[in-house]
Amino acid sequence: MSSLAARVQSIFNEPGCAKNGSKSEAERKKGCTKQLQPGSAAGGCAFDGAKIALQPITDVAHLVHGPIACEGNSWDNRGAASSGSSLWRTAFTTDMSETDIVFGGEKRLCKAIKEIIDKYDPPAIFVYQTCIPAMIGDDINAVCKAASQRFGKPVIPINSPGFVGSKNLGNKLAGEALLDYVIGTQEPDYTTPYDVNLIGEYNLSGELWQVKPLLDELGVRILSCISGDAKYREVASSHRARAAMLVCSKAMINVARKMEERYGIPFFEGSFYGIQDSSESLRQIARLLVERGAPKDLLGRTEAVIAREEARAWAAIGPYKLRFKGKKALLITGGVKSWSVVAALQQAGLELVGTSVKKSTREDKERIKQLMGQDARMIEDMTPREMYKMLKDAKADIMLSGGKSQFVALKAAMPWLDINQERCHAYMGYLGMVKLVEEIDKSLSNPMWEQLRRPAPWQALARAMVQMQSTVAAVACDPAVTEAARRARKICFCKTVDLGTIEDAIYAHGLRSVEAVRDHTNAVGGCCKRRIEDVLASSPPAGLQAAE
Amino acid sequence: MATATVPTKACAINPLKMSQPIGAAFAFMGLSGAMPLLHGSQGCTSFGLTLFVRHFKEAVPLQTTAMSEVATVLGGYENLEQAILNIYNRTKPKIIGICSTGVTETNGDDVDAYLKLIRDKHPQLAKLPLVCVSTPDFKSAFQDGWEKAVARIVEMLVEGPNVNGLRDPSRVNVLPGCHLTPGDLDELRAILEDFGLRPCFLPDLAGSLDGHIPDEFTATTFGGIGVGEIASMGRAGWTIAVGGQMRRAAEVMQAKTGVPFRLFERLCGLGPNDDLMTFLSEISGRPVPSKYRRQRGQLADAMLDAHFHIGGRKLAIAAEPDLLFDLSSMLHDMGAQVTAAVTTTQSAVIERIKTEEVLIGDLEDLEEVARTKHCDLLITHSHGRQAAARLKIPFYRAGFPMFDRLGAGHQLSIGYRGTRDLIFDIANLVIADREENHQPTPDRWRGLAAVPAGAGNRSSMGSTERSIA
Repeated sequence: MSSLAARVQSIFNEPGCAKNGSKSEAERKKGCTKQLQPGSAAGGCAFDGAKIALQPITDVAHLVHGPIACEGNSWDNRGAASSGSSLWRTAFTTDMSETDIVFGGEKRLCKAIKEIIDKYDPPAIFVYQTCIPAMIGDDINAVCKAASQRFGKPVIPINSPGFVGSKNLGNKLAGEALLDYVIGTQEPDYTTPYDVNLIGEYNLSGELWQVKPLLDELGVRILSCISGDAKYREVASSHRARAAMLVCSKAMINVARKMEERYGIPFFEGSFYGIQDSSESLRQIARLLVERGAPKDLLGRTEAVIAREEARAWAAIGPYKLRFKGKKALLITGGVKSWSVVAALQQAGLELVGTSVKKSTREDKERIKQLMGQDARMIEDMTPREMYKMLKDAKADIMLSGGKSQFVALKAAMPWLDINQERCHAYMGYLGMVKLVEEIDKSLSNPMWEQLRRPAPWQALARAMVQMQSTVAAVACDPAVTEAARRARKICFCKTVDLGTIEDAIYAHGLRSVEAVRDHTNAVGGCCKRRIEDVLASSPPAGLQAAE
Repeated sequence: MATATVPTKACAINPLKMSQPIGAAFAFMGLSGAMPLLHGSQGCTSFGLTLFVRHFKEAVPLQTTAMSEVATVLGGYENLEQAILNIYNRTKPKIIGICSTGVTETNGDDVDAYLKLIRDKHPQLAKLPLVCVSTPDFKSAFQDGWEKAVARIVEMLVEGPNVNGLRDPSRVNVLPGCHLTPGDLDELRAILEDFGLRPCFLPDLAGSLDGHIPDEFTATTFGGIGVGEIASMGRAGWTIAVGGQMRRAAEVMQAKTGVPFRLFERLCGLGPNDDLMTFLSEISGRPVPSKYRRQRGQLADAMLDAHFHIGGRKLAIAAEPDLLFDLSSMLHDMGAQVTAAVTTTQSAVIERIKTEEVLIGDLEDLEEVARTKHCDLLITHSHGRQAAARLKIPFYRAGFPMFDRLGAGHQLSIGYRGTRDLIFDIANLVIADREENHQPTPDRWRGLAAVPAGAGNRSSMGSTERSIA
């Protein structure tokens, strides 16, 4: 595992990362992920991260080497979209048993690879390492190497067992695996001066397809998207691209930087979330391509498309300004996307009361400050309880966040919109931003909220009763009080014996007659004889349990 | 009747099974103020958490000891200690349920011993129940985790009989299997209460995961059975266990407290509910309320109306053993043929499933058998959606997880009423499928004789061929 440890160290030492660059030597050594807190950690493991990063490659068989938890609990849980093969949605796992752990799981892994090739014959198999086989020393690199030779097909080890770190680290380890084993191993059928790579884009909800028509229109070809809606062959031949866009910088910066080093592919960090960001990204793509020798007219054509699309988008968002007047939003996201989404929401007339900056760089924060003003609330880390309070106190009218905090908002009966990976709408590009504003409007203007915030009838009743200082209200609201009231009913008035006492005696001693009740309680059984008989009749016979 | 077969393949494809630790954690979620804690890498928790959230569409409490590679090598004592203290200080739980995972079972962490050390070191934890269950991922399945956790909770938290052996015959303990939904539990609770009984559910998911909206935000479970209530379960007159998986917990309860139990392996269908009514009437000394007499009539009528559609259907079903047994038996009793049956783990009920062979396998096995044997009704959890799309047959979602439809927590399968609705739902799926995909055409019956027997075209298969197949 020493090589894996060394690899993790080298990833933490990422020169391309702005945040890393601004750290001191000592800080850098510690790595960029916070030490995990047992008992208060959330989020996925490195294996999760690796799988998220690579699973969108659609025609590859993704084989998880581990016990059932790693794949059985997690498969088919992400909404990446494919334009072709659906093999990526098929779950493959070695489902390691106790025997495998005692004797080693390499044999089973090897057999599993063969079975997949026999049944599906995919262009490649990715084998994911998990904690247990890493612990017992299964050498998946060796198994994959042997299998590649034997079956004449790429079998690629993704060495990112869960316990080495966070999801983000897993993204990067997955990127390393691509660099080591995939990228540059095949040649594209043909190349054009307009070939680009998109790195770190996963095509969730098919959102890449919101942007692709614009690139198509400009004649820009996505040679490879790593990894949304990608085919193995595209990734393998991606080293021939002329330029690259790094879409989600935190996830795969190592891939972009190393491809620049190795193959001279210049890259920029950009985003298709938000209108200005989309425009800026299109401009950058055109600029880089022209720098690499593409005809200069691309720049002008790009500006024309940008002008047209921006005008359309702003025109579509404009009408919401009135509707959103005075509405406040709270934005909790990964942070990278924050400032550009902030701009779009403000343009639509929403007031931002806070945004998370957990993953943002210092520059990002500066930009947010400029947009939102000095008193903008930048949230480093917010506990669910704080979020709940903020919403409940109506400091915000809507929360935009990832699925994890969804119920915090919904249970406060406040509008909420999913802007992370589990969302069902696509929010990319110009179309996406208009869609986002539409969705916010749909949510804010839904008449449901008003109904839900109304108190339940008994709450309203109870309030009225309390004003009348009546105990009836309390009884109506609380079953325990009702039960106590029932048991307090006097049965024997002569000796003030209540129903509860008599019932207890009946249960405890299995009493069946008035005489027996009289023996075990203070009840007289004279004038209250009838009432005691009633109690006896309605009590289930206690003797039954002995009979069974 | 049925034999259990384990396929020999090395690669599980489209798993049906989920892991044991999250099954155990699920049981703790039915306790009030509980925080389930998986002792393992943080991914173990994160995957389970996502799964529960997608199923229930609820905030779900689940924590991790966040074992790193180094901690795994050195042993997890410190992580466990830190996790417990962190949870104790931040969320003030009433109970912490600790489930081991593959990682901590492989490195041999002795959680019981760790807990003793932690208690000695931190006297403030003296009153906090810490229940631990051994649930390695590489053995057994979800249902087994639940089974173990409930048995362990009974063993550790239920008090023995008190001095005078005082029992309250109107109190009944219910130990539900993990295949019952919160909706099922509420149905069962209402039935028991209608007999004048006071039921106490362990675990009580209906209290915690029924979708209610609490007034305050809590990090632990909100609702469910309280630790105090669990302690007093020994004073009940009876224990009702639902599902074969609960036999163990019921036996532990009886051994510890002397409370006799009655196990209902099934609660779906006419017969099983007749048994339940008879039993409840006996222990409560009350006649069956008229409400249920009417519901029985409605179920009988539903069966009459639906048997045209369900009868003769070739059923492909995959679920955990108890759910598989319950649903397949009910549909078999409605005239369906249980043609393909797949389950996750060994169980005593498997041999009584009304089919020849039950595979302990995955959804690929189910899909394959369903295809070769021309099944025309599919029942499994949401992960079966891809197979259903390929097979092009009606698909009823049952079991956990159900993440691509709403209302998973309220889907009923027990009681006369629950069975009635379930039968209607399934029959309606069959009817819709016939209308959409099997409308007669002028050529449908032409040249039937020329088609070789068992040619695989289901819609053109005559009744004689069907009886041969």
